[in-house]
Amino acid sequence: MLFRHLTLISAVMIIIIMAGFFVQLLFHSLPAIEKFGISFFFRNEWDPVRLEFGAAGPLYGTLVTTLIAMLIAVPLSFVIALFLVEIAPPHLSRIISQAIDLLAAVPSIIYGMWGLFYFVPFMQNHVQPFLADTLYLKHIPLFSGPQMGFGLLTAGLILALMVLPFITAVMRDVFRMVPSVVKESAYGAGATTWEVTFDVTMRYGMQGLLGAVFLGLGRAIGETMAVLFIIGNSPEISTSLFSSGTTISAILANKFAEAEGIYKNVLFELGLTLLVITLLIQVAAQWWLNKVRKSSGGGL
Amino acid sequence: MIETADTLSPEIFKGDDSPVKIAVRNLNFYYGDHQALFGNNIDIKEKRVTAVIGPSGCGKSTHLRIYNRIYKLYREQRAEGEIMLDGDNVLADNMDILELRRKVGMIFQKPTPFPMSVFENVAYGLKLHYKLSKSETAERVEKGLRGAALWDEVKDKLKKPGMALSGGQQQRLCIARAIAIQPEVLLMDEPTSAIDPIGTLKIENLIEELKKDFTIVIVTHNMQQAARISDYTAFFYQGYIVEYNKTSDIFTKPRLKQTEDYITGRFG
Repeated sequence: MLFRHLTLISAVMIIIIMAGFFVQLLFHSLPAIEKFGISFFFRNEWDPVRLEFGAAGPLYGTLVTTLIAMLIAVPLSFVIALFLVEIAPPHLSRIISQAIDLLAAVPSIIYGMWGLFYFVPFMQNHVQPFLADTLYLKHIPLFSGPQMGFGLLTAGLILALMVLPFITAVMRDVFRMVPSVVKESAYGAGATTWEVTFDVTMRYGMQGLLGAVFLGLGRAIGETMAVLFIIGNSPEISTSLFSSGTTISAILANKFAEAEGIYKNVLFELGLTLLVITLLIQVAAQWWLNKVRKSSGGGL
Repeated sequence: MIETADTLSPEIFKGDDSPVKIAVRNLNFYYGDHQALFGNNIDIKEKRVTAVIGPSGCGKSTHLRIYNRIYKLYREQRAEGEIMLDGDNVLADNMDILELRRKVGMIFQKPTPFPMSVFENVAYGLKLHYKLSKSETAERVEKGLRGAALWDEVKDKLKKPGMALSGGQQQRLCIARAIAIQPEVLLMDEPTSAIDPIGTLKIENLIEELKKDFTIVIVTHNMQQAARISDYTAFFYQGYIVEYNKTSDIFTKPRLKQTEDYITGRFG
């Protein structure tokens, strides 16, 4: 009886904490919401002196860095996970698997420091000149402008590296969970490894694979420390991926100490926005997964 | 050493002039260092049902899984010897493995519908091997489903997920998928072990029908099933084929005591 009550209380706590977050954030955001209204999200302005604020810059930075990270990390993770489960000899698979788990355990501040001291100069001296000059992409606005090493592209790449082990680990487990008899059955029908993977394993594990993607997405959106170190922390919107930017979480970490009054309310509203975005992603993911589940009727 | 009867005796096939479809000679099989099959010799007759029986772990599934080289998926597994299918050695390195698996279909212990619709499940195998137009595909899918005695039950739910069918239906769906690509041999590895009695009965009746067109080798744990549906029965014990004979003979007058003990339920 006691145990039942304890478990119930623990479960209810989750809901209370969640609601608490929401209410607190909302409460502290109210002055900012009243002042700037819905246009807050579209204004590209960040002026702590005149107390004029808009969230477009941090939103843009969050979107772009996350997009870069996912575009790189998802396909790469997929290929790595596939290699580990279907192709690599067992001992090699074990070694790489462990390396990936280790990579997932590295604290994000380490990524930030490594990014700042090694990766930023590397981007500045090699990658950015290569993209702009060697590949001659500098006339495309995305790859134009001064090459400082800092900025959206660098932050996106670091994020990709950070979420890669998480996505890979989950995808690897998904591939492992597909019953071997189902795979054998596809091989038995005369399918090649490629066909078995794409037609059967992937569809069978679709929900798990999507779960992996959303796990990575959630991490990439909320990641703070590493991004803070290398994104340049400028709340401006710029079309070039080489230029500095900021993300919601980075600007929160950066500005909270100095903010007062309406400035602080604006930061709270940004926090609320981040929370809502993450929740929406979760809901969308669930909705989509349910749809997939209905049409394929099973799997993981 | 296990006592074995001559599994290649000409007596076995007396009165049956159907040609030999699969001829297995001196087949040994290894899981890493562990030898699982010892010098298996057996002839499988075309368009007959051959049952493989024996206690758990005797190597009957292992034996079956060599015929379509599915064991090759696992790198520690290794086969030695000869399996001649229409005169071609299945174990030869130059065997076209995809073509082999078109000719030799397989049904597994558990139903293995793929995560797609009923229609797509059957069409899947077809697409792997043939280039067909939409209408041809639909025709062959229907033929496969009819052949597996499933058409009447699923014709209104072809778009439903294959996994939404009952266990017995799923297994017949797998049979439909296998026969749609027009194989010559069907390997069945305890196909009814996960199916309820009514589903089992339907599959057994289906096997009666299927043997008109296909050579069937079925591993079964159920001796009554072997007695009901098969023409020939091979009794496996500890990796050896102890005895092979017409089903009627092996169940009424087994030559070896080992066989008799097993079929009378004294062990296993």
